[in-house]
Amino acid sequence: MQHDAVLAETIGIRGHGDDAIEAYTARPMDATPRGGVIVIHHMPGYDAATKEITRRFATLGYHAICPNLYTREAPGADPDDAAATARARGGEPGAQLVGDAAGAARSPSSPPTSNGRVGTLGFCSGGRQSVLAGIEVDVQAAIDCYGAFVVGTPPEGFPLRVRPLDDRIGELRAPLLGLFGNDDSYPSPAQVDELEKLLQHHGKVYEFHRYDDAGHAFFSVDRPSYRVAAAVDGWQRIREFLARHVATRGA
Amino acid sequence: MCTYSTEKVALADSSGKGPTGWFPLETATVYYDHPVHAPDEHTVNIDFLNPAHGPGARVAVELSLDSARELLAALAVTVDRAAHH
Repeated sequence: MQHDAVLAETIGIRGHGDDAIEAYTARPMDATPRGGVIVIHHMPGYDAATKEITRRFATLGYHAICPNLYTREAPGADPDDAAATARARGGEPGAQLVGDAAGAARSPSSPPTSNGRVGTLGFCSGGRQSVLAGIEVDVQAAIDCYGAFVVGTPPEGFPLRVRPLDDRIGELRAPLLGLFGNDDSYPSPAQVDELEKLLQHHGKVYEFHRYDDAGHAFFSVDRPSYRVAAAVDGWQRIREFLARHVATRGA
Repeated sequence: MCTYSTEKVALADSSGKGPTGWFPLETATVYYDHPVHAPDEHTVNIDFLNPAHGPGARVAVELSLDSARELLAALAVTVDRAAHH
């Protein structure tokens, strides 16, 4: 019988500026060398759904870690209160996200059972941040699930600190997996086309999958936007992508 | 859709009742985005906040678009009537 115990817990890590921030981790309880997955939570915060996704990566055989990007603004707060606080302040600055993701990248790689490889993944606003982490942080894979404003200009009067990454795609240092709904508006299919052209132009390794009858947040099982076919296929693509780029080779 | 579109309003001489009782309101953020609880993909959300009192000092509502329109009309009528008091 396979031993498949998983340990999930909240830990402290060092994020941007060496700040102490909290992170939720989940990892298989065995001595096999494992790759790491950094889960970047969406704008609604470090919530139950994101923690569930983090645990899922542990069951897939990875050391998963989700830094609480709102630790500074709202330590110990309910996730939705923390998200409201962050929104009122204009969202999380990009540099802070990069520092927090780098801190998380150090964390899953440091246990002796790690294989030293790590990928990042994010949904919604976290999708864009996953691409940003793929540019700024030493990761071996980046996964963008319908991140808005990776390319495309935010509307006039846009209050949040979100800057498109068009001019930085050439700096992407990891293969990118992109999963998008064709009924989404942010990112729209045209914006996904634009991102794909930039990736091709810069000769980047990427893999995009686009789903009909799916809009934004098609992975969200507890929202009306959930789309079974897209989500099931999307998870399979994520598994395969991580197996190629992050899982232990030859173990 | 995930527009993050947010309007921010400064509030004065206003109060709200949160989980720990009444508190003075400093700001309101109004945005059309994914709700936490309401059964719809997007709702008009309002957070009445007092940042000085911490993240928990928050009165939150998530309104369907139709409900938000009704509320908007009711506010307009009420504010108009108040001008004649």
